[in-house]
Amino acid sequence: EVDLEERLHELDLRSDSDIPDVPPPTDSTPEILKRALSGLSARWKNWWIRGILSLAMISGFFLIIYLGSFMLMLLVLSIQVKCYHEIITIGYRVYHSYDLPWFRSLSWYFLLCVNYFFYGETVADYFATFVQRREQLQFLIRYHRFISFALYLTGFCMFVLSLVKKHYRLQFYMFAWTHVTLLITVTQSHLVIQNLFEGMIWFLVPISSVICNDITAYIFGFFFGRTPLIKFSYFLAQHQYFVCPVEYNSETNRFVTECEPSELFQMKKYSVPPLLQAVLGWETVNMYPFQMHSFALSTFASLIGPFGGFFASGFKRAFKIKDFADTIPGHGGIMDRFDCQYLMATFVHVYITSFIRGPNPSKLLKQLLILQPEQQLSVYKTLKSYLVEKGILQPSLRGLGFEVLRLLQPQTSQ
Amino acid sequence: MLQQTKQPGASLVGGYEKLEFNFPAGNVTAQDQGVEESESENKLDGETASDSESKSEFGGSSPVPTSDDTPEVLNRALSNLSSRWKNWWVRGILTLAMITFFFIIIYLGPMVLMTIVMCVQIKCFHEIITIGYNVYHSYDLPWFRTLSWYFLLCVNYFFYGETVTDYFFTLVQREEPLRILSKYHRFISFALYLTGFCMFVLSLVKKHYRLQFYMFGWTHVTLLIVVTQSHLIIHNLFIVPISCVICNDIMAYMFGFFFGRTPLIKLSPKKTWEGFIGGFFSTVLFGLLLSYVMSGYRCFTCPVEFNNDTNSFTVDCEPSELFQLQEYNIPVVLQSVVGWKTVRMYPFQIHSIALSTFASLIGPFGGFFASGFKRAFKIKDFANTIPGHGGIMDRFDCQYLMATFVNVYIASFIRGPNPSKLIQQFLTLRPDQQLHIFNTLKAHLVDRGILGSLEDA
Repeated sequence: EVDLEERLHELDLRSDSDIPDVPPPTDSTPEILKRALSGLSARWKNWWIRGILSLAMISGFFLIIYLGSFMLMLLVLSIQVKCYHEIITIGYRVYHSYDLPWFRSLSWYFLLCVNYFFYGETVADYFATFVQRREQLQFLIRYHRFISFALYLTGFCMFVLSLVKKHYRLQFYMFAWTHVTLLITVTQSHLVIQNLFEGMIWFLVPISSVICNDITAYIFGFFFGRTPLIKFSYFLAQHQYFVCPVEYNSETNRFVTECEPSELFQMKKYSVPPLLQAVLGWETVNMYPFQMHSFALSTFASLIGPFGGFFASGFKRAFKIKDFADTIPGHGGIMDRFDCQYLMATFVHVYITSFIRGPNPSKLLKQLLILQPEQQLSVYKTLKSYLVEKGILQPSLRGLGFEVLRLLQPQTSQ
Repeated sequence: MLQQTKQPGASLVGGYEKLEFNFPAGNVTAQDQGVEESESENKLDGETASDSESKSEFGGSSPVPTSDDTPEVLNRALSNLSSRWKNWWVRGILTLAMITFFFIIIYLGPMVLMTIVMCVQIKCFHEIITIGYNVYHSYDLPWFRTLSWYFLLCVNYFFYGETVTDYFFTLVQREEPLRILSKYHRFISFALYLTGFCMFVLSLVKKHYRLQFYMFGWTHVTLLIVVTQSHLIIHNLFIVPISCVICNDIMAYMFGFFFGRTPLIKLSPKKTWEGFIGGFFSTVLFGLLLSYVMSGYRCFTCPVEFNNDTNSFTVDCEPSELFQLQEYNIPVVLQSVVGWKTVRMYPFQIHSIALSTFASLIGPFGGFFASGFKRAFKIKDFANTIPGHGGIMDRFDCQYLMATFVNVYIASFIRGPNPSKLIQQFLTLRPDQQLHIFNTLKAHLVDRGILGSLEDA
């Protein structure tokens, strides 16, 4: 009797062509559509199904945007869970590890832990006022990292305890598979949510860039893909709903997006470089500074986004699957739709933190107040001298008086 | 690291364990398939309490001696002793050498320490990646070694950048190129990583997709484990946690050796409950003693700072509350036992109890994880770097979980945020935000009486 592990190891080493194909997925098109399109030939039927579902997804997307940030957050969360599920299922199928029931529980447990950790960090920042009022939440927030880590460790120990003699390798594979999947899907979906909290525009423009790039690369090509996007971001930049950071108002118990639009979203006059003046015929142009950033974002979407798609195609080819799953008829799984988005989410987050947003002032203040008194005093002195030097803070008369006195004293103390 | 070629009849030094194994470190041979799992369980564990037992359980397969790294000097010095004691001596001498080395490094100071941690990390990464290559026979894909090292470089650049910015803050602000590098640090790191990612995608070769994805996954998981935790070590109070784990290792071995009866876990049959419990208590005691000794010295308790004027590292500060002796009342229950009413202790010692407890209870799980990993891929040791001990990973497997734990512990219970980092963040805010924060802080300080109204100067 050949050991299961040895067989798998042999399979691993053979080149891909030797691996048997996964059987084609079952057709999950709803009955209604099937009947409505029964007249057409198979090829057009497929095209119509794809088309209808695309429209359905886009409308659903607009609906959720209308419903607000909170719904969007929930949507991102459900997409993340579904993507995770799809990838884990592929792993199980590849390694025939349905017989190891522990692994499904453990994988879901790890998903829960990592989500708990990330949501805890997000919630603490944005719901600060809400949290201050409740005692139990205070405890959870203060020791949040420790609690998350303890939860993760429990999962880790369960994994070690569940190692079964004949299946070590399989189990380690699944462990690694789970972690890499978590790294890809969960961390990036949280970056998306953080981007979302900066203002819906930071969520919508990148996503639209990628979708746009997908569609137009398919149809037309590079340049044409970018122009509609610039107009779209122009439209978004004019409305507070999209531009303002999301905040939780504890009085009304709702999310609000109201603010003074930052500099980025105020119209400015730019002089057109002489080179382009001849081409375009204008001398100056009114633009939002944000539109320059959206240009950078869409460039990234066009150039690097496709690599995410190639990665996913390579992955599907390596494991001999046509689609990640059957969730959406005609389109495959959720992962199929979102594969290009992942790199984009991280890029946007890094871009925002590097070029646009500074650190969050209220968070900084919170941390300052936790310091030891001596540390606070030394920080205070440093800040004060900095502000005086920059002219932001006028030294008080009394302070000036002390300075003068100090300077007039003999130099022994220097 | 290429494995040395095996020579039949190589020297007997290295002991029974090495003679009996069919699996030279890191290589999967055709003989593996014939060997039953029960044998490998008994022999793969490096901490055998009784070597003679394992020899008798050995089946009929012919032994292939492993390559022997022991220096010639030791070989000759110990040539008289029987193989078993020779092995014990080799292990013992190497252990002492490592511990001495550890103390020397501590004496030499933080820079050297950081460098050593970095070297250990690179070696561990190298060992694990080599195992991956051996398992998947992917030496023919040269891109992957380059890519793995490139990713290692990227992640290290990211982490070191963050560390350097924190600790060398003033130096960084002075030099223009450094300032730009640190301002856009995250973006630059991400761009570097992306380049690696795109190279990976471009290098996908038709017949080897699966192998390539495996290696990609393997590299990333290894980076996650090895690199992130080595950087957490640098940020921590360094000595007490590492010593606790080492102590626990040694004590559990001793207790198991002398008293061991009941096996602990199937993964490592030579580990016993007696070793586990004995190790736990002695580690806690050791932790208390060590922290008592170290709390008295500033060079251990003060955070490392870069002094701008002297351009060197200094460890000089007012010891925080944690490191000042305080009187504690002994609970009534223990008073009758111990005979004292109060005891003078450093608050840090209480934390050391928590750290030692973790090292004894959860640390071993890191070891079990590594044992399981070795069993899954049918290797005895991660590599042959240290004679008698295996590879660097073998020594550090328990440390990894510990590093993360200590970091989380410190962040949660001990240290607050880093003041210089806060100042750094403050400087990037807009002037009106800065003013607002400054005024709030001032009001807070005046409120608490920390800042009198005379302090305006």
